[in-house]
Amino acid sequence: MTTSIVVDNVSKTFRYQAHPTLKKMLQGKLRRQQTSETFKALDGVSFEVQQGESIGLMGLNGSGKSTLLKLVSGVMRPDEGEVLTRGRISGLIATGAGFHNELTGRDNIYMNAAMLGMTKDETDAKFDDIAAFADVGRFLDTPVGNYSSGMFARLGFSVAVHVDCDIFIADEVLAVGDRPFKRKCLKRMKEIRESGITMFYVSHSAGSVKRMCDRAIVLEKGRLGFDGDVEGAIKFLHYDGDDDEPDSEESSEDERDDALANDI
Amino acid sequence: MSTSSPETAPEPGQVEVRHDLAHVPLAPPSRTSGVFEVFRRRYLLRLMVRREIRARYAGTAFGLAWSYINPFTRFLTFYFVFGVILGRGNGMQNFAIHLFAGMVLVNYFTESVTAGTRSLLSNRGVIGKMAMPREMFPVASMLVSLWHAIPQLVILVVACVATGWVGTGPLWVPDAVGMAASLLGFVIIMVYGTAFGLMFSCVNVIFRDFQRIVQTFINIIPFSVPMMYPYYLIADGERIPTQYHDLYVANPVAEAVMLIQRGFWLPTCDGPCVVKPATGVVQPDFVSDLYSRGFIMLGIGLVLLALGQFVFSRLEKTVPERL
Repeated sequence: MTTSIVVDNVSKTFRYQAHPTLKKMLQGKLRRQQTSETFKALDGVSFEVQQGESIGLMGLNGSGKSTLLKLVSGVMRPDEGEVLTRGRISGLIATGAGFHNELTGRDNIYMNAAMLGMTKDETDAKFDDIAAFADVGRFLDTPVGNYSSGMFARLGFSVAVHVDCDIFIADEVLAVGDRPFKRKCLKRMKEIRESGITMFYVSHSAGSVKRMCDRAIVLEKGRLGFDGDVEGAIKFLHYDGDDDEPDSEESSEDERDDALANDI
Repeated sequence: MSTSSPETAPEPGQVEVRHDLAHVPLAPPSRTSGVFEVFRRRYLLRLMVRREIRARYAGTAFGLAWSYINPFTRFLTFYFVFGVILGRGNGMQNFAIHLFAGMVLVNYFTESVTAGTRSLLSNRGVIGKMAMPREMFPVASMLVSLWHAIPQLVILVVACVATGWVGTGPLWVPDAVGMAASLLGFVIIMVYGTAFGLMFSCVNVIFRDFQRIVQTFINIIPFSVPMMYPYYLIADGERIPTQYHDLYVANPVAEAVMLIQRGFWLPTCDGPCVVKPATGVVQPDFVSDLYSRGFIMLGIGLVLLALGQFVFSRLEKTVPERL
């Protein structure tokens, strides 16, 4: 087995206010307050991921999931500790992030693929697959500024899943797109997972994590709360519904996701 | 684990057979080698530059023609105001060429510094989500500005030829020394523009007032170089004490402007280019050590570029969380 991701005692600190004005700073000084208060988004997190493993990253809002993904994908650097990865990383942390509204879908596919590290030849070879998966039809040659939000997200997703990567990061995939597209996404992600790519999957849906992942990591206020099998993680988070009554909307959402996950 | 080579042709639409990564070392995902990384990923750089160029005139009917229309009208304005109305200001031949040659480089410099300073902030959507060498953004801004200097250069050449054709002076024939001097001028602006762009883009993320400060100084630049007035007004010591002359010519933009004027303006002159209107005494066109000064400026610029890269790599670590 080859180690794919090493996260070693990683901490990341943020400031509450990144840009205090001079006035605020002076006021703070006069009142003898501490001007730059900080909080730890991640605090001493350590784990290792083997190649081909599929990890579900869970946790409540604000527990540090997105920060952890940004550290693993290389967008941010840890303040303490180190993050090491092996191979190319792609993913949905940034669906459509590099898109330029004035440019056509076609140009944006090339642009986004290049940002994810693909060469021109690679993109040329996969272009038809990407366009077919995004399924935007004639809109491919119109500026993406005119796209519907669903089309925009589909195009972004389509590029990300076609990058020939070794680590795939998926952040809240099921948040975008209609049901047929969600199904297509999950199917594709299953293919990715089965081809032996290391997968890092973030979701609040216990059902989809159960089906997509063989190991779960739970973050709790920036600390590693749980690392082990998915069932245990769901229990740890009380997502299994024993603890308190989930409101009906949430549970129906869960059921739908479960149904989707069962479909594939 | 699969050990098949990545060259195995995948079925269309299928996910590839996995790479064997056992021999690939573990590395920090954010590791870059600075500015060199930008040139390693030339393809992405090319796409980014093209994106900026295309997006600039997207949706306009004239498109790229605007890159010619704007500088051309500016040239005409200056020509009529200074050349026709004020009449060959201060005993100088072909004042419009003198002016416009300088404008090409001054515009290039101001545009690359202003755009470079804003480059990280204006691409915050990408920077906060995608891992890529962030030096890419200021360097791309500089190249986009260079691209926009080309139409101006074309207008300059046409103006030089037309001046020789229509006017009384000799036909404009580019000479090797002059062209080399102009090229050196361009390279100087390119190096300083990149260096400042790198440094300022990071500082601007941390301290957002910075782009306004930069703008204030940028506005001074067109007046601090010899293009709207001849060089001798600074050098002859009648208006400005001579010790300030050294400070004046220590400005890399002033040096670059004189270098490009050497290439384009000087060959259009019939006899001495500049004389004192009152006495008719021939005045120096440029600073006396124009060429050696140019190379020294380039050397300093390269040091500054290294410093800019150093500053950038120190500051850029905290950029994503500050955006």
